[in-house]
Amino acid sequence: MSREHQVKPRALAHKDYKSSYKPVWCAGCGDYGVLNALTKSLSALEIPTEQVALISGIGCSSRLPAYTRAYGFHGVHGRALPVAAGLAISRPELTVIAVGGDGDGFSIGGNHFIHACRRNANFSYLVMDNAVYGMTKGQASPTTESNWTGSKLAPQGTHQPPFQPLEMALAAGAPFIARAFSNASNELARIIREAIEFPGFAFVQILSPCVTFRPEQLNWKKQVHEAFSPTADKREAYLKLLDDDGIGTGILYRAPRPCFQPDTAAARSLAAIATDFEVSA
Amino acid sequence: MNEAKEKPPVDTCSLTLIGSGGAGVMTAGQILLDAATEAGYFGLMTRSTGPQIRGGEAAAVLRLGVTPVGCQDDRIDLLVALDWGKAEHFSDELVLDADSVVIADSAEGEPPVWVTDSGARHYAVRLSELAREHSGLRANIIAVGIVGALVGLDFECVKNTIRRRFIAKGNQLINVIQAGLQASISAADSLQCACKLAPPQPQPRWLLTGNEAVGMGALRGGVRFCAAYPITPSTEIQEWLARRLPEVGGCLVQAEDELASINMCIGASFGGVPAMTATSGPGLSLMVEALGLAVATETPLVVVDVMRGGPSTGIPTKSEQADLAIAVYGTHGDAPRLVLAPNGIGDCVTTTQWAVYLAEALQCPAVVLSDQFLGQSRAAITPPKDREWHAERRRAPADIADFQRFGDSSDGISMMGIPGTPGSEYTATGLSHKPSARPSAMPADHRLQLDKQRRKLEQFDYGDDWADIEGAGSLGLLTWGSTTQAAREAVARVRADGSAVRLVSLRLIAPLDPVRLARALEGIDRLLVVEQSHGAQFFRYLRAGCELPPHTRSLAEPGPLLLRPGRIAAALRVLEMEQVK
Repeated sequence: MSREHQVKPRALAHKDYKSSYKPVWCAGCGDYGVLNALTKSLSALEIPTEQVALISGIGCSSRLPAYTRAYGFHGVHGRALPVAAGLAISRPELTVIAVGGDGDGFSIGGNHFIHACRRNANFSYLVMDNAVYGMTKGQASPTTESNWTGSKLAPQGTHQPPFQPLEMALAAGAPFIARAFSNASNELARIIREAIEFPGFAFVQILSPCVTFRPEQLNWKKQVHEAFSPTADKREAYLKLLDDDGIGTGILYRAPRPCFQPDTAAARSLAAIATDFEVSA
Repeated sequence: MNEAKEKPPVDTCSLTLIGSGGAGVMTAGQILLDAATEAGYFGLMTRSTGPQIRGGEAAAVLRLGVTPVGCQDDRIDLLVALDWGKAEHFSDELVLDADSVVIADSAEGEPPVWVTDSGARHYAVRLSELAREHSGLRANIIAVGIVGALVGLDFECVKNTIRRRFIAKGNQLINVIQAGLQASISAADSLQCACKLAPPQPQPRWLLTGNEAVGMGALRGGVRFCAAYPITPSTEIQEWLARRLPEVGGCLVQAEDELASINMCIGASFGGVPAMTATSGPGLSLMVEALGLAVATETPLVVVDVMRGGPSTGIPTKSEQADLAIAVYGTHGDAPRLVLAPNGIGDCVTTTQWAVYLAEALQCPAVVLSDQFLGQSRAAITPPKDREWHAERRRAPADIADFQRFGDSSDGISMMGIPGTPGSEYTATGLSHKPSARPSAMPADHRLQLDKQRRKLEQFDYGDDWADIEGAGSLGLLTWGSTTQAAREAVARVRADGSAVRLVSLRLIAPLDPVRLARALEGIDRLLVVEQSHGAQFFRYLRAGCELPPHTRSLAEPGPLLLRPGRIAAALRVLEMEQVK
């Protein structure tokens, strides 16, 4: 897949990748940091705005595409990955980036997450993980700790262990797996840049605090720590995950393998194909 | 030469081969259809099987004719049973009478009661024994020889078909088969059956299934991307496109489920690539949320539903026309879309091509309602013409100023920004939105987009293809989809009795244009609405959306029994006798 874009004469600053819309996000939401890091990355990579397509589902973070100046598709809940796959496979010259939250990606869209990892179509997937459903005002998500009792929907906790996105991605065959923190702007921008440049499905879990329903996540600022350096050794990556506390950052796994490539065939005209049906009398 | 064989040749005959799954009835049926086609006849082969993958019961139902054949007849002229395994399962589907002939393997004992009670003439023939006399041969090939001889097929055509089919297995097998055929033709000598066909009138024909025809129509319309999840009875569309799309520069992706299928298609179409998915009822049920997304984001998309018995898992291997309601209404909110229905195997090409063209021109989803009967039947047909319908979308030019993706226009159709085009960057959204695509919860914005989404469909000029309208008279028959074929034959029979009947078959189901339909029904004072749905979905849909003649009757039968011409003709004759108030 070609990553060679026609470089335009005008150099775009990261602000040029933002739209005029004011985000619906709360003040202090981690998603602002992701929007900034993403536009910085696009600017650094000098990808023309019309070559970028941001695809999302439903949730606070899925509003992100509209805040950019690029092509965007804000679809239905949980289905960002198939939309992104359809676009990336049929228009391989575009830079396709799926974005969304933990509920969208790991709960309602969980099956697509597994199959996106193994299909390895050429696009990136940025999940803004705040371990809560913010848009519906504070319910437990798949990544919520089992003893979190802050939700009226699960007042005694979730009674189930949290979903492990990195382990899942590794097991399902994702060739690029990373974790970053929304406030660590430079590191996040670097990881996003690497994800975009990576030839294949690149998954980044981004810890992105919800100041409204999970204010304790503001402590992440002090707690996150560098934990991973890229390896292509799956065994090593698994071992690292066994010691993972959930807030260690870095690129865990980077092992390029051939991207999803649809079948090819020698060209035939429609008239020639129609002759397959003709009866020789 | 005995007396019965001197009966005058017929223009059409109905043949059925039955046996346990694996006995080879479908192979035998296909050889007969292929050979008859090569000999210059038209024909249709319908498959009827139980739900089993291997084993269970199977019937290949063939109707051959000098002229095109669109449906199965009411009754069967000749039935060949390779075994009586679970033949009782077919007692409703396969109608025998005193004029029918039944040939069964002599090793199989007495036929089941429904066969003997029909009064059909029964011949016990040494099918398996004859097969055993030719090492490597199976009874189904003996059946091919006997049927071929009774129908009067050119033996050369049967031999050619066999050679093409078995060439990969070597000349030795082909020689054995040909010797077996010779023996079976001799065995047919002592049998009497009035199913010898009149000489063919050879003309150009295509031999294909409705599912393949849908694939061909999709390519002609310009589809270059398909994502799909296997589901009976639509899988052959997917399999055909998987081979052919790469040949025209497109591709097919096998998705993880139907939610992914339709959303992948939406993604490709958002990128400017005409896209289609194919599924059956349960898959369509999963897709309706995304259908609404395609309506709201004005994304062109074709969804082919090869209908089967429902609800739920229903009868996956057999036909019904009961997905009309979900196709027209399925999804939350007001979501106008196109719904089209092919009314024959050849029309699967035409209607699918039209659906692609319309979806692209109108920037909305089009649901195409085929069914198991059309999809999995194989027929020799008059080749369908390539129409002037090619995917063409109203695209924003490069560097457009102040781009309004959902800006209103006189025809309700807006310019679409295609990724890669500078200046028309926008974010499509399933949220209610302003003309700019900016999300909005304002009543006026919501109203404007709903108006536009409906108006663009209702104002479009669909030309003359929205329905097939045949004949004149005060007696009318209104139908849709695959049932049209049996209805057409029923109408022909009633006309032959001296009555004037008009047939109207709707190809464009939605949007429904009451004015156009009223014109088509002008002068009709008695109308029969015919469909294969227990809940009379078509009848109710028409009643809700337009004025029908006061004296309108509904003939609505559930699947999987196909509506046969005799049943429809009888209902028409009853209606004709009724007093119009």
